[in-house]
Order: sequence, then structure tokens, then C-alpha cells
Amino acid sequence: MSEIRVEVERAIENAERLNGILNAFLTIDREYALRRVEKLEGADSHGKLHGIPIAVKDNICTSWTQTTCASRILSGYRPQYDATAVERLNKAGAVVIGKTNMDEFAMGSSNENSAFGLVKNPWDIERVPGGSSGGSAAAVAAGIVRVALGSDTGGSVRQPAAFCGVVGIKPTYGRVSRYGLVAFGSSLDQIGVLGKKVRDVAQVLEVISGRDEKDATSADVRVPEYLKLLDRDIKGVKIGVPRLLFSGGLDSEVKSAVEKAIEGFASLGTEIVEIDLPLLKYGIAVYYIIATAEASSNLARYDGVRYGFRAEGVNELRQMYYKTREEGFGEEVKRRIMLGTYVLSSGYYDAYYAKAQKVRTLLKRDFQAAFDKCDCIVMPTSPTTAFRIGEKTDDPLSMYLSDIYTVTANLVGIPAISIPCGVSKESLPIGLQILGKYWAEDLLLNLSNVYETAFPLDAKPKVHVQK
Amino acid sequence: MDVREVAKLAHLEVSDEEVEIYAPQMQKIVSYVEQLKELDTEDVEPVIGALTPEGQATKTVREDLAHKPLGQEAAVSQAPDRHSGYFRVPKVL
Repeated sequence: MSEIRVEVERAIENAERLNGILNAFLTIDREYALRRVEKLEGADSHGKLHGIPIAVKDNICTSWTQTTCASRILSGYRPQYDATAVERLNKAGAVVIGKTNMDEFAMGSSNENSAFGLVKNPWDIERVPGGSSGGSAAAVAAGIVRVALGSDTGGSVRQPAAFCGVVGIKPTYGRVSRYGLVAFGSSLDQIGVLGKKVRDVAQVLEVISGRDEKDATSADVRVPEYLKLLDRDIKGVKIGVPRLLFSGGLDSEVKSAVEKAIEGFASLGTEIVEIDLPLLKYGIAVYYIIATAEASSNLARYDGVRYGFRAEGVNELRQMYYKTREEGFGEEVKRRIMLGTYVLSSGYYDAYYAKAQKVRTLLKRDFQAAFDKCDCIVMPTSPTTAFRIGEKTDDPLSMYLSDIYTVTANLVGIPAISIPCGVSKESLPIGLQILGKYWAEDLLLNLSNVYETAFPLDAKPKVHVQK
Repeated sequence: MDVREVAKLAHLEVSDEEVEIYAPQMQKIVSYVEQLKELDTEDVEPVIGALTPEGQATKTVREDLAHKPLGQEAAVSQAPDRHSGYFRVPKVL
């Protein structure tokens, strides 16, 4: 048996076996994966990801198997085309073994909003894996796959990466084509990569990045060879630490782990500089206006006509729309559609949406000023470690507030990465976030790789495949 | 906020029980986002379009060449109800 067949079969077996505990996958497609293996075994040339098993979040279109966004309204939907990111993975020789669970339409920070059951955190199955790319994070953390694709609208790659002790990057807005990524907040959405090692994340990002004429928001910017830039000396790199950041709801263990990580970076020869981001605290308010407004518009297309689910027993068109959407969408999705509809409605548009887009300009200026003094900025990824299942489900606002450190990268459009920087007393991983200038993914990956090599995470999740 | 009215605008049907759950939650969120009023945005331009200068400069017009279309059968293949290559819906009037 070829090496890649062994690898892929092992990944599928582990995915199937651990799904009973974690529920990380919505679809595991053995037949398709083995067909891919067969094709690769006969190939003359090897791509950059030859034979590597990979998991893909279920809001990224795959033509051979269903794409549900963990929503009843898209159950059974089989796209007529592949997302550009998936097409590029396939071309590079990767083998997609399945589609991962998520918060419905990527709306959530805990993966509790999936229509097909919540995902459990491999470090403690009584806790959430984070969200919305919780399935991808759990699959990587448990050792089922080395890498997975996610999507990040307000932290949906980075926060689950932090909660599950893996690496997760959200690239610059426009770096990766979103053709075939089911739209949520179009001025915020970006496909990202989760992985156990920085090196694997860099390799996959290199493959999926770059201009695609099928996505008008993908930018014509050269893609560096990230892998070759991972081991550069980081001496003299200026790392900005926001003053007054470490206040409010920040958990003391997260705080001290992040401070220790900053000392770690200093010991590696970087220069630590203090910066100010006075408007950071307004990020959540701006984000939940813009994200819900854009979602209400993007999700208007689910009406039971062209794809997915249609409510039964209705014989009048308008009634069919109402019933299909009522039965097809979950609670959080409906809440956000309504919030978005409200902030866009006549008489409120200027007070909410237009105001938020102006504050967004101020936030961009804030970051521009900060980046005059430093090359990158560090802060926690999340104010706490993984919380307990059910802990925040009754209070949506408290759930939203846990996105405080991640949403601004999406609002400003800059790249950001989360890397593990320790574990708490309860053996839960803690994430450090590094934010960079536009298109500076190479520096973020370089810093992360040097840090990972110097301070590897020794701890392992309780639920993990046997080697 | 009139949740029932907003739901109607969004083509959603909400039950009385749902209104009771959503109304206070949404009111709390709306009150929270109102803190933006503290900020002076008098002469500030809103963010529009691509977020990066490079994205803004990217030419998005491609050459006017014919491509093979998806095709009618494939286009309607995912519809919950279809007939002879068309989407079928309940009666409109």
C-alpha cells in the first residue's frame, strides 16, 4: 500500500472513530477520498500538498459532496462547483477527507449553533471548541488531520484555534479567493487555515492564496513563498503591545500567559514597544452592526426556491418564504437577520450602519498610526479559555463580547494569527494573537514559527489519536 | 423595537414565545451598540469597497470572452421543486 493511502485511510478511520465523541465532521467521504488517492498514486508529478489529508469547513463549496453551513436550510445541498480554495488544494494534491461542523452560517463563538449538534473540545469534552470553525479546530487538535480550512468573519478561525491549542490564521482581506465560500459578512469574510504546526499552515496558505478573477474582492498582490521565509531571524522586529489592553473581562491566567509570551519574544531579540489603540473597545459595537447588516442581506437568498430546504404543506408563495425561513434557520441566525434588518431599516440606517462604517474608518486610522511605530501587534486571542457548554447560550451579548480581541482585524482588513502560548491550571490551551500590516502574512508566520520552535507546547488534548 | 415588524421585513415568521425571547435580547444588543454615539464622526468618510489600497487598485474587469455556462439542468438541479428545467413555486396570486 502506498504511503499516501496509509495516511488517508488512517485519517478517515480516526475521523469516523472520534466523531462519536467530538462530532467534528458533518460529512466524511471515504469513497471520494480513496478515488483521489488512486488518482494521485498514478500521477507523474507531485504537488505541494501531495497526498495530505485535509478537512474543509462546511461553508466552503465542494462539488462532490454536500455543503450545509450546518443549517437545515441547506441540508442536502450539493454545489454545482468547487470553491477556488478547494480547487487549488486539489490541484496541489491534497485529499479532502470530509467537511467540518460549524456554527450555523458561521454565526457563533462556541459551535453550539450547529443544526447538526454541537462540537466538543478535545481538551475537555464538557467545554466548547470555540467557533465558528469549531469542527476544523477540534479535528486538527485531536490529530485527525494536520491542517483544515476555516473561515473568519470576526475571529472564527483564530478563537477556536486558541480554544483548541492549534495555529489559525486569518489572511488579509483579498488574499484568498472567496469564490465558493458561502457569504456571511462580505466586507469581513476571509478563508483561513488551521493547523497543528505553523509550517503546515504556511504551506496551505501559499497554495490557496492569490488573485482569482471569479472573486472581484481578491486582490492582485504577489504571494510570497511563505515556507521559505519561516526561519528568518526575527531580531529587531518591532512588536507593539497596546497599553490599557489588559483590563476588563480578561482572565488573569490568559493575561499572565500572554505577558510571558511577550517576554519570550523579547528573549528572541525582538523589540517590544508600547502602542495605543484607543478605539479598540468600540470594535464589538461596530462589528455587530456591520456583520448583522451584511448577513441580513446575504441570507435573503434562502427562500426555498433554488436550493436546499422548502417547508411543506404551504400552497401560497409568500407563505412559503416565511415558513421555509422560519423552519430552516436556527435561533441565532434569525436573531442576526433581524438585527441586521433593523439597523438597515428606514429611519435607522444613518444612526447604526452609516455610523458604524464611519467608526470603522477611525479604527483603520488607529491601526495605521500604531503600525507607524511597530511591525506587528500582539494581544490575547480570546479573553478566556474555552468556556463550558451551555454557559453563554442564554445571553447572546455576553457571547458577542468574547470576540473583543478578534473582530478588529476583520473590520480593518489586516491579517492576524493565533498561536498556542501555554495552558491554564485546568489544562486548557491559551492563544496569543499577532496582527500584522496588510499582506504581511509572511512576517506573522515567521514570528510564529520561530516562537513555536523556541517554546513548543508540550501538553496534549485528552481526546487524541494514538500514534 | 417591534420584533414582529422587523421579522416581517426579513420574511421570517415568529411565534409569540419567540418574540418574548428575542425582544429583550435584541434590545440589550441595540443598547450596547449605541455607545458609538459617543464618538464624533462629523467629517469622517465611511468605509466603502475594498479595505486595502491594493485591492482598490485591482482591475476587476476581465476580457469579454465567452465561457461555457453552467447549463439549465445543472442550474436547477438543487431546487426542492422543478419542472422541465424551471424552478417551480407555489401559486403567486
